[in-house]
Amino acid sequence: MAPAVFNEMYDGGKVRPPYRQLEDWTADMPAALRSLKQKEAEALFRRIGITFAVYGEGGDPDRLIPFDMFPRVFTAAEWTRLERGIKQRARALNAFLMDVYGRGEIVRAGRIPGRLVYRNEAYEKAVAGFVPPRGVYSHIVGIDLVRTGPDEFFVLEDNCRTPSGVSYMLENREIMMRMFPALFQENRIAPVDSYPDLLRRTLTSVAPAKCDRDPTIAILTPGHFNSAYYEHSFLADLMGVELVEGQDLFVEGGLVYMRTTQGPQRVDVIYRRIDDAFLDPLCFRPDSALGVPGLMDAYRSGGVTICSAPGAGVADDKAIYTYVPEMIRFYLGEAPILQNVPTWQCGRDEDLGHVLDNLPELVVKEVHGSGGYGMLVGPKSTREQIAAFADRIKANPSNYIAQPTLALSTVPTFVDEGVAPRHVDLRPYCLVGERVELVPGGLTRVALTEGSLVVNSSQGGGVKDTWVLAE
Amino acid sequence: MLSRTADNLYWITRYMERAETMARLLAVGGRMALLPSTAAGYHSEWESLLQASGTAEGFARKYGEPVQRNIESYFFFDRDNPSSVAACIGRARENARIVRTALTTQVWDTLNSAFQEMRALERRPRSELDLATLTDWTMRQSALLRGAIDGTQLRNDGWDFLNLGYFLERADNTARVLDVKYYVLLPGVEFVGSGLDNYQWTTLLRAMNAQRGFHWAYGGEVTATKIAHFLILNDMAPRSLFTSVEGMTTHLDRIARTYGRSTEVQSKARSLLAELSELAVDDIFEEGLHEFLTRFIGEVAGIGATIHDVYLSGDQR
Repeated sequence: MAPAVFNEMYDGGKVRPPYRQLEDWTADMPAALRSLKQKEAEALFRRIGITFAVYGEGGDPDRLIPFDMFPRVFTAAEWTRLERGIKQRARALNAFLMDVYGRGEIVRAGRIPGRLVYRNEAYEKAVAGFVPPRGVYSHIVGIDLVRTGPDEFFVLEDNCRTPSGVSYMLENREIMMRMFPALFQENRIAPVDSYPDLLRRTLTSVAPAKCDRDPTIAILTPGHFNSAYYEHSFLADLMGVELVEGQDLFVEGGLVYMRTTQGPQRVDVIYRRIDDAFLDPLCFRPDSALGVPGLMDAYRSGGVTICSAPGAGVADDKAIYTYVPEMIRFYLGEAPILQNVPTWQCGRDEDLGHVLDNLPELVVKEVHGSGGYGMLVGPKSTREQIAAFADRIKANPSNYIAQPTLALSTVPTFVDEGVAPRHVDLRPYCLVGERVELVPGGLTRVALTEGSLVVNSSQGGGVKDTWVLAE
Repeated sequence: MLSRTADNLYWITRYMERAETMARLLAVGGRMALLPSTAAGYHSEWESLLQASGTAEGFARKYGEPVQRNIESYFFFDRDNPSSVAACIGRARENARIVRTALTTQVWDTLNSAFQEMRALERRPRSELDLATLTDWTMRQSALLRGAIDGTQLRNDGWDFLNLGYFLERADNTARVLDVKYYVLLPGVEFVGSGLDNYQWTTLLRAMNAQRGFHWAYGGEVTATKIAHFLILNDMAPRSLFTSVEGMTTHLDRIARTYGRSTEVQSKARSLLAELSELAVDDIFEEGLHEFLTRFIGEVAGIGATIHDVYLSGDQR
C-alpha cells in the first residue's frame, strides 16, 4: 500500500500558508492567458539560448527543459532548517575528503570500511597527501533532497564534483520576474541573484600558494558540444571570467597559462566542468584530448587550484553516501539535521537477500550511475522488468544500492487539463571556500508525467522556480 | 582576450559576409535568367555563379547540369555546400554560441533569430519560397547583424576582430567575383571591350549591388576601365578592394594600439594598402587583371594566415 503523498500546497483541502497568494493567482488566470504565458516563457528560453544541446540523436540539437510556471515555495522557517542541514553536510563531506586523502582517521576508527574508500574508483591516488588551499575539496556541493511530509526531508544523494543546473535556478527566476512582476510585488521572495558573486568570491578565496595578486579565474569546459555548455558560458559571463577549453591552456614552469591574443596570461583558479579522467592526459587518460598536459603537476605544486579538487568524487559515491551521517557525527560532533534515505548495499550479503525479496517496493540504482539511467523503480515496473533487473543485480551485486520507494511530495503543476499535483525534488547549491554559503533557493525538478517519480530532464522531467519567502 | 574567442568572433563575420555574397550572386543569377537577351547565355550565367562561388565541382557531383531550381537549393539550403547560406549562417551562429559572452544580447539575438528563421524556412515547402524571398531575407539578416554589431558592441579588441572578419572576407569575395567574371566568363581576349563584355561587367555591378553607386560616381557609359576602377581602387565603393583593405588596416592598427605592439601583420596590410593607393587602372590592365587578382587574393590569404599566427592561434609568446 502506497503511503500518503504530501502535497506542498494543499494540506487536506486547506491551503498551506506559503502558497496562499498563489491560490488566487491560478484561480484568476484564464486558460488562454496561461497558454500565452507558457509560449512566451518558451520563446524567452529559446531566444536567450537556454537550451541543452543533444548531438547525435537527430532532430533539433537545441532542446528546452520544460519549464513549469507554477512556483515551488518554502517558508523562511523551513528554509532555515534546510540551510543548516545542507551546510552541515557540505562541511562534513569536505572534512571527509581531507581526512581520506590524509591520515584516514575515520577508517582507522572503524567508522567506514577502508575498501569502500581506498578501492573506490573515484579515489584518486594521484592526490593522496596533497591538501588543497583552505582544505576545501568540493567547492560547489549540490545536495539532492526530497520531501515526504511537512518536516520530513531526506537527502537522496550528494554531488561533490560539478553539480549542474544552477543556471536554471537563476534563469527560471529571471523569466518568472519578467512574466509575472505582480507576483513578486505581492510576495516577499528572497533573491537568488547573488549566486555568481558568491561563487566568484568562493573561487577567489581558494587561490593557490603561488598566486601573489588578485587571482585570475577561468571556467574549464569540455567545449560547445557539451550539453551543459550554456551553463558554463552563462556562469563565466555573470562572474566576468574567461571560459576556456583544454586547448586554451598550457603549463610552463609549474604554472598554468591561457593563450590570448596578447600572449600567455596566468590562470590561478580553474573551475572545471570536466571529469577527473579528462583533466590531464599525462596523469589520467592518455587518450583524452580535452585536458591540459602537466596540469596535475602544476596543481600539486601549488601553481593552480582546481575546483572541485581532483578526487572529490569519492565523497559522493552512492556506496559512501550511507556513511555521511556518520561523518557528521565523527568530524563535526553534531547530530545530522537532514536524514539519509535508508539504503541497502547489494554488495553486503545480508542486504542483498532483502533487496531481491522486496524488489517490487524498492528503487534500485547503480552505484556510479546518474541521470536516472540504469535504475529500477519497483512499484512502476512490470514483473518481467523486475525479473530482468534481478538478474543484473545478481551478476554484479556490489554495483547496486536499493532504497525504499519514497512518497515524494507534490507541488501543483500546469498540465493540459489545468493544474494537477506532480512529484518534485530539490537541488540547492552550497558554496564552500573561506566561508560556507547558500543562496535561498535551488533547482526544483518536477516529474511531468502523472504519478512518475523520475525527475531527470533526460527522462521527461521539467523545472520550476523555487521560492524562499522572506520572514 | 582568449585567442580562441578572437578566432570565433572573426569567423562569425567571415561566414556572414560569405552568406551575403552567396545571396548576391544568387539574386543576380535569378535576374539574368529573366532577361530575354540571356536566352543564349542562360546556361553560362548559372555556370558562372558556380564558378564565382567556387562550388562548381561540388554542385556537378551532386546535381550534374546547372538547373536553376537545383542551384537555388544548392546555394541557399544545401548543407553539403560549405558555402551555402544555410551552412554559413549555421556556422556563424555556432561560433557565436561558443562566445556568447563576448557578444551583446542584440548581436546574439540577431544571429540566433536568423538561425531559427532559417530552420523555419527549411521546413516550408520549397514551392512557397521564391528566389527574391530567400535573397532578400539573407541580405536583411546580414544588415541586421552589421547594425547590431555597430550599434551595441563595445569598441574593444573583440569589435576589431569582428570587423577584420568582415573586411578580409569581403576583399577575398570581391576579388574572386571580379576574377571569375573576367577570366572565366569571357570566351577569349578578343571579346574584351565588346558588347558581350560590357554586358558581363554590368552583371558584375549588379552582383555588387553597386549599379546606382557606379552611375553616381562616374556617369556616362559603362566601360571595363571604369568598373575595374570602381570595384578595385575607388575608396567610395563599399565593396571595393581598396575599401576592404583600408578596413583591414584600420582595425589591425587599432589592435596594435590597444595591445601596444605592432606585428608583421600590420606592415603587410599597410603595404598592400599603399600599393593599391598608388595604382592606376592602366597598371592593372597592363599586369593583366587575372594576374593582378590572383596576386591580390594570395596577399589577402597571406594576411589572413598571419592574423591567425599572430592573434588567433595563441602560439605567440
